[in-house]
Amino acid sequence: MMDKGFNWMAGGPQGSGVDTAANIFGRACGYGGLYVYGRREYHSNIKGLHSYFHLRILSSEVSANVNDVDMLAAFDAETVVRHISEIVPKGGIIVDQNQLDIKILEIPTLPPEFKLIFQDFLKENGIGDRLADLLEYARNKGIYVFEVPYIELLKQIASKLGIEKLSKITQIINVLTIGISFGLLRYNIGLVKKAVKDIFGEKPKIVEMNLFTLEIAYEYAKDNFSKDFNDRIPIGTVNEERIFLSGNQAVAIGKVLGGCRVQTYYPITPAADESEYIEAHEILPTKIPGVEAGVVVLQTEDEIAAINMASGAALTGARASTSTSGPGFSLMVEGLSWAGNNEVPVVITYYQRGAPSTGLPTRHGQDDLRFAIHAGHGEFPRIVLASGDIRECFYDAVNAFNYAERFQLPVIHLIDKALANSSQTFPVFDVSKVKIHRGEILDEKMLGGIEYKRFAFTESGISPRVLLGTKNGVHWYTGDEHNEYGHISEEPHNRTRMIEKRMKKLEAVEREVPISEKINFLGEQNAKNMIVSWGSPKGAIVEALNELSREGYSLGFLQVRMVHPLPREHVKEILERAERIIDVELNYSGQLGGIITEKTGVSMDFQIVKYNGRPMTTTEVYNALKLVLEGKAPKRQVLTYGA
Amino acid sequence: MALKWQDFKTDVFIDWCPGCGNYGILAALQMALAELAIEPHRVVLVSGIGCSGKISHFVKANGVHVLHGRTLPFAQGIKIANPDLEVIAIGGDGDGLGIGMGHLVNAGRRNIDITYLIHDNGVYGLTKGQASPTLKLGLKVKAIPRPNINEAVNPLIIALAAGYTFVARSYAYDTKHLKEIIKQAIRHKGLALVDILQPCPTYNDINTKEWYAGEDRIDPKTGKPAPRLYKLEGTGYDPVVHDLSEDFNKKLAAMEKAREWGDKIPIGVFYKNELIPTFRERITQRIPFYMKNPPAKQKIYDDEGSPITDVYVFFKELKVT
Repeated sequence: MMDKGFNWMAGGPQGSGVDTAANIFGRACGYGGLYVYGRREYHSNIKGLHSYFHLRILSSEVSANVNDVDMLAAFDAETVVRHISEIVPKGGIIVDQNQLDIKILEIPTLPPEFKLIFQDFLKENGIGDRLADLLEYARNKGIYVFEVPYIELLKQIASKLGIEKLSKITQIINVLTIGISFGLLRYNIGLVKKAVKDIFGEKPKIVEMNLFTLEIAYEYAKDNFSKDFNDRIPIGTVNEERIFLSGNQAVAIGKVLGGCRVQTYYPITPAADESEYIEAHEILPTKIPGVEAGVVVLQTEDEIAAINMASGAALTGARASTSTSGPGFSLMVEGLSWAGNNEVPVVITYYQRGAPSTGLPTRHGQDDLRFAIHAGHGEFPRIVLASGDIRECFYDAVNAFNYAERFQLPVIHLIDKALANSSQTFPVFDVSKVKIHRGEILDEKMLGGIEYKRFAFTESGISPRVLLGTKNGVHWYTGDEHNEYGHISEEPHNRTRMIEKRMKKLEAVEREVPISEKINFLGEQNAKNMIVSWGSPKGAIVEALNELSREGYSLGFLQVRMVHPLPREHVKEILERAERIIDVELNYSGQLGGIITEKTGVSMDFQIVKYNGRPMTTTEVYNALKLVLEGKAPKRQVLTYGA
Repeated sequence: MALKWQDFKTDVFIDWCPGCGNYGILAALQMALAELAIEPHRVVLVSGIGCSGKISHFVKANGVHVLHGRTLPFAQGIKIANPDLEVIAIGGDGDGLGIGMGHLVNAGRRNIDITYLIHDNGVYGLTKGQASPTLKLGLKVKAIPRPNINEAVNPLIIALAAGYTFVARSYAYDTKHLKEIIKQAIRHKGLALVDILQPCPTYNDINTKEWYAGEDRIDPKTGKPAPRLYKLEGTGYDPVVHDLSEDFNKKLAAMEKAREWGDKIPIGVFYKNELIPTFRERITQRIPFYMKNPPAKQKIYDDEGSPITDVYVFFKELKVT
């Protein structure tokens, strides 16, 4: 049986501290030696609409959610309504006693299309129209309902702390529910206090208020609810240093480790957090005393400026990157084409979200693989990397710069929202093997006496670089087709050679980058059933694969990490061994599957896709794969889980 | 070593039309660089798209010929990464005031220490004569089928409003004046814009060399043409902001001057203010070693090829054990 761990969810209106709650909860579990995976869901809205955090807690590393919720900490009535069907029997709901009389269908933030469906659900199950009726239904299904007088507890806290206005502390409902949750779990409160102190560390008054609230709530749960969840949370052990971080943070740290010194961006979800995190750490610690390092983070007027400023910076030798999402990348496309034509080592971190157009600004999707690979007028070489988990986000952020400079081309690092905004516990990343490869750069001395040609024809297609400002190395760039000097040329024979020179660099990528950086393979080498995927579904696939392998199925998983240029020989060889190929992707058409077929002639036998704006869970991937393995699946399965 | 303007000359064939104002701009630029004795490898010319965009290939200094309208983002990226470089952005009026207007305005907010030269001839030359953003409303230059239906923008007033700290205008055929203005713009501490009036002998048959020279208005007393252009220098106009308290009024005065057009068109420095912190100063406030060790010059790996950055500090913040 798969270890589902303990699944805690906190939900409430945006702006009510859901993120902070999850962060405290996750850290407190981390201090207890547990591994956490947490997914953040929010509307494109500042205050008021529903948001939630779904945390999974295990005694070993985990990178995906399951469908279950074992304990729901509801800051408001809407949270109960939206997530009621996810709570498992014997699970628990922490709910505000004062909200029991709320009429469900009158909750103003529930959208009409939700109400229509929910109305039917209420009718079918004979549930009345108040929140209390819905909770009664939950009780009948074996769910424990913990009614807590939020307001009365807040009043108690306010009077103890000498706060006159209750409105000043309603913000603390998040910590109140954490206290109740950990009280029910009989978890070591010292660890929770430590988490609170760590998070609010620099604000002593806030720390005090939160600690006090925590204690009151914790004790309230112990005193008032005889039912406890003591046995629900796994026991953890700590024998190493661990970190809890998001994909945005992993990329940011990977970038500065990889030598990024100029980062440009225009605010966009879910990319902006990365740039802000770098900016907050703009002065970088170094390993060598006296050596100073710092990153300049520039918020530009638009994404057009962002890509072109980064390219300009890259020409001077600074490692430079920009981060964006689909709409921003659309604006960057002309700049990408310039960078391709001028062989600029610029890195674009591309955080996908639900598209097209503005699409689902804060939700999930892997809709843009083909766009990342094909964007830009004309044919020019590029590398597209797709990380499959937060750890890979970190190492690929370094690799991206190394490839960009070694092969002198733009590198697009594709990530999606499920990696960007989810947080996970890891042993501290090992950086001992990380190296910097800058490719061939000529300095003043090497240039003495020679006539430098920026785009000299060479065997590999890679011309030695000179950085802008190098003595003896005056040179030119142009978006026009150019000769070896970088001056405009429309001559047909030069054009042919120049295109070939640029495109040839992809052969160098194919030859020189080790396959271990391009694909990951898991499971049985000669498996009959082969899963193919890329990006964030990895977490759910790996877990489902492990479980199905234990059940005796012959299963392998090919994760493509360098999606362009596709390591086609390896991919072909692996896939040809299998009897059944199952393509798993978070988009409508199975984009990677299509690309693989185009490049290798191997076609996908089954498709498991999802495009409801929510990421894949282990539960649904397991179920869908099992249907395929049992020979009961249609060619195409569309997954739909998620609130 | 003293430099001559010829040191800034390449062998690339210059393919502008005969009589094009660009020749004057090219010459003035080469002379300015030589007189300022900036070594060619320290100069980066970032040029846009259009006839003027080709200029970077004719100057023997680093040349980055970029996308239409994007000279300023590239130029700023280069300057920020390596502030030791002398970065000059050059583009046409369509490039900077049409497709690139957003960048023009936003660059002003940064007051970054670069120079921006605008070739201002009222038309899109390379696409064969359409109206550019500086062509006045109602004018019909020869290649457009109907009179211009758009109001013209005034680059000087926009630059003043956007925060440029050096705003000037010169004329392509007055190479000496232009050279001096370019030198001042390069030397200026902060973001400088020079609007360079320039006839297009092929497509602008209204604002011609003869029109600027006033050949249509003969002074009855002297029998000589009355030129439309006049120099601000020597008129008692003081463009310099000596104290921040006079900034607003100086800007207003500059805008007032910039509105003059028609029979009397001023050229020269309209506004100059070195009291506004430059972008480099603003970055240095945050990263104290920025000028000594800017992004382009930082060492990023050690002798073993391992990264210099110690990311353990980040991990410590994120630690949950």
